[in-house]
Amino acid sequence: MADVIMVPDISRTVQKWRKKRGSLIMALHEVQNRYGYVPRNVSLQLAQLMDVPLARIYEVVTFYNYFNLEPPGRNNVAVCLGTACYLKGAPEVFDAHKKALGLEDGGTTGDGEFHLQSVRCVGCCGLAPVVVMNGQTVSKVRPEGVRDLIARCRKEA
Amino acid sequence: MGKLNRDDLDRLESEYQESRQERDYIRVGMSTCGIAAGAEPVYRFLCEEIRRRALDVEVRRSGCLGMCHAEPLVEVSVAGAPRSLYGEVGLDAARRILDQHVEKGLVLAGMLASQDGLLAPPEETVPRIGRQLRIVLRNCGIIDPTKIEEYIARGGYQGLKRALFELGPESVIEEMRTAGLRGRGGAGYPAWLKWKLTRDAEGAEKYMICNGDEGDPGAYMDRSVLEGDPHSVIEGMLIGALAIGASQCYFYIRAEYPLAVDRIETAIKQARRMGLVGKNILGSNFSCEMEVRLGAGAFVCGEETALIASLEGRRGTPRPRPPYPAQYGLWQMPSNINNVETLANVGPLIARGGKWFASIGTESSKGTKVFAVTGKVRHSGLVEIPMGTTIREIVMDICGGAEGGKHIKAVQTGGPSGGVIPEELFDTPVSYESLQELGSIMGSGGLIVMDEDDCMVDIAGFYLGFCVEESCGKCAPCRIGGKQVKMLLDKISARRATAKDVTELRRICHAMQKASLCGLGQTAPNPVLSTLRYFENEYEALLQ
Ligand SMILES: Cc1cc2nc3c(=O)[nH]c(=O)nc-3n(C[C@H](O)[C@H](O)[C@H](O)COP(=O)(O)O)c2cc1C
Ligand code: SF4
Ligand code: FES
Repeated sequence: MADVIMVPDISRTVQKWRKKRGSLIMALHEVQNRYGYVPRNVSLQLAQLMDVPLARIYEVVTFYNYFNLEPPGRNNVAVCLGTACYLKGAPEVFDAHKKALGLEDGGTTGDGEFHLQSVRCVGCCGLAPVVVMNGQTVSKVRPEGVRDLIARCRKEA
Repeated sequence: MGKLNRDDLDRLESEYQESRQERDYIRVGMSTCGIAAGAEPVYRFLCEEIRRRALDVEVRRSGCLGMCHAEPLVEVSVAGAPRSLYGEVGLDAARRILDQHVEKGLVLAGMLASQDGLLAPPEETVPRIGRQLRIVLRNCGIIDPTKIEEYIARGGYQGLKRALFELGPESVIEEMRTAGLRGRGGAGYPAWLKWKLTRDAEGAEKYMICNGDEGDPGAYMDRSVLEGDPHSVIEGMLIGALAIGASQCYFYIRAEYPLAVDRIETAIKQARRMGLVGKNILGSNFSCEMEVRLGAGAFVCGEETALIASLEGRRGTPRPRPPYPAQYGLWQMPSNINNVETLANVGPLIARGGKWFASIGTESSKGTKVFAVTGKVRHSGLVEIPMGTTIREIVMDICGGAEGGKHIKAVQTGGPSGGVIPEELFDTPVSYESLQELGSIMGSGGLIVMDEDDCMVDIAGFYLGFCVEESCGKCAPCRIGGKQVKMLLDKISARRATAKDVTELRRICHAMQKASLCGLGQTAPNPVLSTLRYFENEYEALLQ
């Protein structure tokens, strides 16, 4: 996928963080919110704008799980494998997703439709097991219900 | 509303109280769990119907009441009928509530939600619900977290006022000492002592930091407090900043909690507008600024020195202590880090006094503790009990015991740093010391219930897998030892191990405990050692 160029509104938001000490991570959050990942071109410009070496940016991006270096899918499915969800059958729910989408953890379908990943606790443990579909938390998911969930997602997209 | 000074606060408190009491209302729980269970369409439906039917009823929103198993929750308070709380409310149920309860005053008994005898959210400022006593969760599920007025109406910012105008920094610390409040983030260090050390340390600047990283998967009380009662944490931060001599505060919150981030940011803006954050707070000569910073999905960043590295915009790797952050923290300046739950205690503690706080709990563990009870239990949710309550009371009485006729085998407290407690020991009263004696820890308050279907070797493997993935790799005992322990556990699970492997397992665990640099590696073996202590038979059954 072609890298995107830095659009003005991002350099403006980054500008806000530029004046503040230690805010590289906040600037990276802004970038990821905008693009869904941290594109290489944007990192290059970020290095200039924030006045830090590119290597520092990559050092930080690769340390933190939250940042992606690859573009995500159009639909993002995050299956919680935290303790509460694990005990309530999250591994089976995760397997059902892998099967239904033909993906491994962290994979994206060839058409870029779906990205699948496991996450650690989204703080909704009382309603385990949970899946976060495009930012929306779905509670008490059953493995049998996974195909429907994905079909609904496809239709809405 | 302009900036407040000390006398405005009391006036507003009674004004807001009166204006709240007069009205009929319906309240919908809108925290992450409520929304996940479908609260948003219910809220919209109620708003539209109330307008269409031209009823004089206000539709309000609130945070999490802690009864997560019964979400979405809807509370109804209309003249002529008892105030009631309905659980698992969908659109059909919402319509019936309007038809019967709101319009005719008839309570729909079959649809009520109840936990430990609670029929409706309580009205006292520090509520009792059956065996529960709610200091930290005093407003959660009761007020609208997006309205500062509602926090003030329930006695909010009175602790700050007393700290500013009656006590001053030194007496605040003295009051905290009398109270005996210990850190709720895991280690249980006395809050007053950390505040005093930071106050006494030399530095051109000092910083007050809130640890909202909540890394233990299965614990979510910090999220609920940040979402459901953000001002309670802000008030605690302000009192702490005053006590240690800081004029800048940082909230470090997990990026996985977008709603919590949003609610805190809104709350800071409101507080600033009313003169509770910023220059000359409540007209005093104390000034203090606040900002939010996000985590980025690294468990180790909950550790205080790693958190500081992350706040400085670097990789979150821990460093050896001492020096402690109280001497050498953010930007090398004296800094104090407290957990969300610790801070939420501070407002009422200072308003009512340290003696009051110290009257709750046990000899060495004062106050209450919030537990997130999840797993194989009927009523999962948040529970806040005075220290000294037994595990049996929490699991069996308050949370309704096992699901579906199964037998509960054990609970795990303290998450990946903690251990299991078998059912035979459920009569242990909860305190920092008692849990440690059992080989577990209080931790942040995750309490995971396991039943007869759960294999202890598998659980230990799960936690170890977590620690291996989250290890920052800086020191060898954790980086290499963790992997070896995980491999041995997998070998046991696959029935390929012998008794010699179990001896080796213990040996590596002890080495990790002694030689790891930070708490992650030091405590990672705990789930293995504690399952070995109480459920060695389950290991043996898998050996060759
Ligand atoms: C690996 C590791 C993870 C931690 N995670 C958290 C956390 O998520 N939240 C928290 O408040 N404290 C966490 N702590 C404890 C903090 O280092 C620190 O002790 C605490 O925030 C101090 O606040 P308190 O005194 O109010 O408890 C963690 C410690 C370790 C070693
Ligand atoms: S114990 Fe583990 S997490 Fe802590 S510093 Fe060492 S490698 Fe990093
Ligand atoms: S363990 Fe899945 S939401 Fe907490």
